[in-house]
Amino acid sequence: MNKKFENLFEDGKKLLSIYITAGYPSLNDTVPTLIALEKNGVDFVEIGMPYSDPMADGTTIQQSSEKAIKNGMHLDLLFSQIKEARKSVSIPFVYMGYLNQLMQYGLDKFCQACVDSGIDSLIIPDLPMEVYAEEHKAIFEKYNLGLSFLISPQSGEKRIKQADDLSYPFLYQVSSNAITGASSKISDVQLDYFKRIEEMKLKSPKMIGFGISNKETFDQACERASGAIIGSAFIKAVSQEGDLENNIGQFIKSIRE
Amino acid sequence: MQYAVDEKGFYGEFGGAFIPEMLYPNVEELRKSYLEISATPSFKKEFDDLLKHYVGRPTPLYFAKKLSEKYGTQVYLKREDLNHTGAHKVNNTIGQILMAERMGKKRIIAETGAGQHGVATATVCALKGLECIVYMGAVDIERQAPNVARMKMLGAEVRPALSGSKTLKDATNEAIRDWISNPEDTFYIIGSVVGPHPYPDMVARFQSVISEEIKKQLQEQIGRDYPDYILACVGGGSNAAGAFYHYLDDTRVQLFMAEAAGHGIDTNMSAATSVLGTEGIIHGSRTLLMQTKDGQIIEPHSISAGLDYPGIGPLHAHLIKSGRARSFPITDKESVDASFMLSRLEGIIPALESAHALTILEKYDFKADDIVVLNLSGRGDKDLGTFMKYMDEYE
Ligand SMILES: Cc1ncc(COP(=O)(O)O)c(C=O)c1O
Repeated sequence: MNKKFENLFEDGKKLLSIYITAGYPSLNDTVPTLIALEKNGVDFVEIGMPYSDPMADGTTIQQSSEKAIKNGMHLDLLFSQIKEARKSVSIPFVYMGYLNQLMQYGLDKFCQACVDSGIDSLIIPDLPMEVYAEEHKAIFEKYNLGLSFLISPQSGEKRIKQADDLSYPFLYQVSSNAITGASSKISDVQLDYFKRIEEMKLKSPKMIGFGISNKETFDQACERASGAIIGSAFIKAVSQEGDLENNIGQFIKSIRE
Repeated sequence: MQYAVDEKGFYGEFGGAFIPEMLYPNVEELRKSYLEISATPSFKKEFDDLLKHYVGRPTPLYFAKKLSEKYGTQVYLKREDLNHTGAHKVNNTIGQILMAERMGKKRIIAETGAGQHGVATATVCALKGLECIVYMGAVDIERQAPNVARMKMLGAEVRPALSGSKTLKDATNEAIRDWISNPEDTFYIIGSVVGPHPYPDMVARFQSVISEEIKKQLQEQIGRDYPDYILACVGGGSNAAGAFYHYLDDTRVQLFMAEAAGHGIDTNMSAATSVLGTEGIIHGSRTLLMQTKDGQIIEPHSISAGLDYPGIGPLHAHLIKSGRARSFPITDKESVDASFMLSRLEGIIPALESAHALTILEKYDFKADDIVVLNLSGRGDKDLGTFMKYMDEYE
């Protein structure tokens, strides 16, 4: 499968992934953001394509998406920005977006554009596993694009195994019963759930996301998974006044000090 | 039935359940149990009893003599406006609250546009002593103030949806997010035939009491159990689904849907989905919706909060696509005209939503002996604030 991810999960390093909203805070911030993330040692990036109705997202990502759409973000522009970033950035890129936009673009054309621009895998939160397996798997495989499926604390064992089987390069473990959004603490119930999933000894590496916001929650998640994904807390950090690169550098340092 | 939902939750190519994994256990639990629970004798008995003694069903099928004379045809009004709480919405909330109760849920959430579904949900929650949270767009809270007060009076909490166009679509997003965050104790009572399977089918079944009664009442009144036409407005499509349900496969009956054209279908202030929409996914269902070519959902406009929605239910998308039903886009102004017309002609103040369906009488040339059943989905008390603004024009 995809070369960029090949060794990432092998050497046991705890991985930091950052979610960004493409075209935010300004339309042309996507490329400098990707460059700064690699420079600051982030292991891979989830590039969020802004959507008008992101049903799994909390206020922070909703608002950044609304702004990015107003800024003029659209799919063709995103692909050209990613191509531009690929001239200098080599860490893996994961596209994250809702199914409707893929449908309108056309799935085949979309996959081709991902490959051409340098996207390595995808997360489509509202694409059900059954529909993927029956209708779309062949196309994604043709283009060598992996998909990460989500599991939540409510997911039954059978569902988790199914997601484990279908996911590549990693399984996306949602940290709690919640939409995206920064929370400052991880509860005992969540820790038990992290432990329960770890003990299932799944095939896929796991990345924990939703509600990871600072060094403490990042470290807690990393104890039971290959790494963690930070979204809303990062969006808040780049929403602040001041130089974009500076804000990014300081935020990443605060996680990995 | 040719127009029934299939095993996977589709009507032709429309429907399904395109939801994030976090919602899967909830939706799956409902999918597995909704048919079984609603078929139990105790459920059926309680549902029928409540509709009869609490809601006041059957609602009359009223031959509107003056309206018939005006349009030179035979118009029967199905008086859903006479239901307890003032609209058809309560048929569905009674069904869903009994479902929630039997599934052991303690906390009820709902979205609302015009507030009619919110009021109907708050009502059944009061009846059953369950906690009730209603999401409502901030714009709708403003324009349907009487219904906000009613929900509060009934003990519900009304939470404003502040994203997007701050109307029904956004309230639905907020309700879905609440459900993701509260998967164990919460039941989401959806207000129309929208959302992921099994909601469109479940809501249509609860609303199907409307056409069940129409059949009986027509038989009694005219000696045959079907009309030539059924007219209904479509926001998400629940009152239309209920009025069409038992006639879906009966092609002697033509099905007409009134959609909100807002300022007109050639303006960017409209909500006429079957005219302006393309295939896509909204609120977990593959259907027709208004969107940009890039797949961003377009913020709709209608004077009527209950029709101010950029999608339609998957059943209706299928009815339109297959040619079984026909859609009429009706403007804001036309619906206000029709509201004043019916009020003064028959002494019935219709909801702005229902007034859209009335306008079809202006647009289509019905024959003198055609039997036309118009589903009057709700009453206009909630819209008096809007009507007052136009009063001068109709003195
Ligand atoms: C009176 C009335 N009619 C119609 C509607 C539209 O909903 P539906 O298309 O689901 O019947 C509403 C929604 O609020 C309503 O209040």
